[in-house]
Amino acid sequence: MEDNQNDIFDELKNREYKYGFVTDVETDYVPKGLNEDIVRTISRKKEEPEWMLEFRLKAFEAWKEMSMPHWPHLNIPEIDYQDIIYYAAPKKKEGHQSPDEVDPELLKTFDKLGIPLHEQKLLSGMAVDAVMDSVSVKTTYKEVLAEKGVIFCSFSEAVKEHPDLVRKYMGSVVSYRDNFFAALNSAVFSDGSFVYIPKGVRCPMELSTYFRINALNTGQFERTLIVADDDSYVSYLEGCTAPMRDENQLHAAIVEIITMENAEVKYSTVQNWYPGDKEGKGGIYNFVTKRGICKGRNSKISWTQVETGSAITWKYPSCILSGDNSAGEFYSVAVTNHHQQADTGTKMIHIGKNTKSRIVSKGISAGVSQNSYRGLVKVVKGAENARNHSQCDSLLLSDKCGAHTFPYMDIHNETATVEHEATTSKISEEQIFYCNQRGIATEDAVGLIINGYAKEVLNKLPMEFAVEAQKLLQISLEGSVG
Amino acid sequence: MLNIKNLHASINGKEILKGIDLQVNAGEIHAIMGPNGSGKSTLSAVLVGNPAFEVTEGEVHFQGKDLLDLSPEERSCEGLFLSFQYPVEIPGVSMVNFMRTAVNEHRKHKGLEPLAAGEFLKMMREKQAIVELDTNLINRSVNEGFSGGEKKKNEIFQMSVLEPTLSILDETDSGLDIDALRVVANGVNKLKCPDNATIVITHYQRLLDYIKPDFVHVLYKGKIVKSGGAELALELEKKGYDWLKEE
Repeated sequence: MEDNQNDIFDELKNREYKYGFVTDVETDYVPKGLNEDIVRTISRKKEEPEWMLEFRLKAFEAWKEMSMPHWPHLNIPEIDYQDIIYYAAPKKKEGHQSPDEVDPELLKTFDKLGIPLHEQKLLSGMAVDAVMDSVSVKTTYKEVLAEKGVIFCSFSEAVKEHPDLVRKYMGSVVSYRDNFFAALNSAVFSDGSFVYIPKGVRCPMELSTYFRINALNTGQFERTLIVADDDSYVSYLEGCTAPMRDENQLHAAIVEIITMENAEVKYSTVQNWYPGDKEGKGGIYNFVTKRGICKGRNSKISWTQVETGSAITWKYPSCILSGDNSAGEFYSVAVTNHHQQADTGTKMIHIGKNTKSRIVSKGISAGVSQNSYRGLVKVVKGAENARNHSQCDSLLLSDKCGAHTFPYMDIHNETATVEHEATTSKISEEQIFYCNQRGIATEDAVGLIINGYAKEVLNKLPMEFAVEAQKLLQISLEGSVG
Repeated sequence: MLNIKNLHASINGKEILKGIDLQVNAGEIHAIMGPNGSGKSTLSAVLVGNPAFEVTEGEVHFQGKDLLDLSPEERSCEGLFLSFQYPVEIPGVSMVNFMRTAVNEHRKHKGLEPLAAGEFLKMMREKQAIVELDTNLINRSVNEGFSGGEKKKNEIFQMSVLEPTLSILDETDSGLDIDALRVVANGVNKLKCPDNATIVITHYQRLLDYIKPDFVHVLYKGKIVKSGGAELALELEKKGYDWLKEE
């Protein structure tokens, strides 16, 4: 049996990250390093209005005074912020006059990633904003959505076309001085998506953004802003991949969500940035600030994340439950294998009356990886009848990995009901043998058991995404049980 | 079909099986009886390739192939099935998903295409009627929250779906009330045909009232000490196992 498993391990550990290719396009870079000039250059390249530049400069000033957070259970190597390129854009080829015409090389890239952008091949029922390095390549179905009054475009376009909305909401949930990475992003962010769902509109299709890092030595700093007005609904998906490289690359993003009365936003992420090789070389550093505010009564924000990639993940999608009767949800599967490190979780801040939150976190650790759940449930003094239920499970696939749970509770109202459950388990040999006896090989058995373990979270994903996520979980952990 | 010669096996260096010889032919039902600790469950575990046990000596041939040379999943695909004494729970994995994976692995082994979802569900419905398994159980996770009786019915259900050539029922009667015992035994009898064979491992004669064995073997201290027809089981029921120890 042991020999058998070693064979499987040998066979699989050589298997490569599927999205590790590089697209050969001419790229427009700004010089390496970060200073006020760079910030001004980025703003100028994007032809931004003065107020946007001011916002960036204020953020840059704030960032200079800040330092990286040291509290996470992560071993982060020294990052030289002057050794990173902060803006890289695929160059437009000559002869491409219309802004809607996209370089065929880029179309091919997204095709290869399973995200067709050709009009004929568009994914039905899903609008896509495709972002490569620092710019949005194309946004599909814009016109169809516009008929309903839905705005779905790249962030750069929103700054130009919808400045009032952007000025009103940008930075209103995650301030530029919120944390080190938020300040960095606010200074140098390049592109991302902007979504506005008008009053009473149920968005007729899923919206999604696909982020792709391509250029070498370049950081990706995107920003997403979603505003759901009264009585509206939208389901938004985010996917990401990067080439395999020996050096680490930085990704520091901000996502802000605002929901008004009776509005609901479902935000799903399948994060598959390059995790580095099995010796821990290379991979993306993923430092992301995601936060939503339930501003209106009866509004709801639901975060679902499947985190399988990145060398280091630092990410806490959170909900500020400010409207009465509002609800926040966080469903997470975080997988770490080999030398990956993840410190991820959520914050649920109960401010309004009768607010509810639910946390389901499923950690899966293998190899010599470190996987931490960190969560805060806060109930302020005036938040009558707040309810929270948290469930944090850890599954260990090796005896050299670490699983940690850091739940914080900060309760200032005695009518609150806060429940926390936690479990730690291993896949038992009996379970694997039972599958073997029914004809299922060990690798497939592990995949089956892991998907069963994560089912409660995977079920929250839209159908096509769930299937992808299931495969991804299995691939990420191949060869990890022995 | 199955030919065991001088089989020795141990766990953690302790020898449990001390030279088993047994031949099972198509169409036969063999009962293996014996007191606790005689090696009955070890024999079944070794046959299906449980990695906890080590075969130290002997040979096992199954349909002409060297069984000990095959991985547990290959043995399953070759037509060997074990109804576990203690079926394990697999949280979150639905019976439908579990069985579809198993069936398609078996089909792949035979060079067949995976079964379409519609056909598969139809087969599931037909088979679950054989063991009077409640529809709800099929939608639940593998064995999770099943009662003792439901777990055993579920084993026989899986057996009916996979249609093994040789089935080993390891103490399938333990923990069953009389109704569940009847259902389980009926299921086994319905699945019996001239091409397959069954080994029933049991402590008591009770199950053999429902599943009529062609041969009964008594296992004691890792060896088969007595073999006979169905009447041997009745004799054991009357006299207990003590008289064997004296022989």
